[in-house]
Amino acid sequence: MPDFDVVSLPETEHVAEGDVAPDFTRPLVNEEYWEDAALDDAVDGPTLLVFHPMDGAFQATYLYNTIDDHGWADDLDVLGLSISSPYAHKRLLAERGEGVRIFSDPSAGVIEEYGLAHDIDGMTGVTETRPAVFLLDGDRAVEYAWVASEHPEFPDAEEIDDAVGRLVD
Amino acid sequence: MTEPQITLYRLQACPYCERVVRTLSRFGLEYESRYVEPMHSERNAVKRVSGARSVPAIVDRETGVTMSESANIVEYLEGTYGEGGS
Repeated sequence: MPDFDVVSLPETEHVAEGDVAPDFTRPLVNEEYWEDAALDDAVDGPTLLVFHPMDGAFQATYLYNTIDDHGWADDLDVLGLSISSPYAHKRLLAERGEGVRIFSDPSAGVIEEYGLAHDIDGMTGVTETRPAVFLLDGDRAVEYAWVASEHPEFPDAEEIDDAVGRLVD
Repeated sequence: MTEPQITLYRLQACPYCERVVRTLSRFGLEYESRYVEPMHSERNAVKRVSGARSVPAIVDRETGVTMSESANIVEYLEGTYGEGGS
């Protein structure tokens, strides 16, 4: 019997394979500045869209380490999204996530729309995202989707490698 | 989405930047905002386009003009897009 608790998350109607990823506009942060960007404009080829818990949470750090270790940003566009501010995103990008750009969604409006909202016990008023990874083609069609069903849970990087390999030659 | 004519490099809550924004709005000019960090050393993106790290700075693709300093920018906008401007 483990002496820690992995919490199962309730079922959710989230964006899934076969859907078109809903368009949205949020500040998009790169290593140097941020500006409003529509997902539709940011996606002009195969794109990995990664929803992650707020910058600084170990889950976010692990996800960016995985992105860097697997070199996904060399193979396709990688776009992150969290509720953290553009300032926090810039600090994150100074340390990891080479070549990644990150949307800032403090109101969690995009997170809600994607069916990923997650309340964190003891952080009243904060709506978090479940970790989620969507592989999009150039028309925002979802070719592969993974959404956490436990807290915490991490995506299967090999599975994403395979999905990326199928979409990008 | 077509790219707006003007890119404005700005800092959140910077009064000099707001002055430029007011002038852009007055002439109904389309612009996109690029926000940079308060720390000067963090503003290489601005330096690359304008030669200086100060904000506000604008890039006007219509005229090919890139410019820093709010007073200069306002004067330029008034001269180019204001009444009696070229």
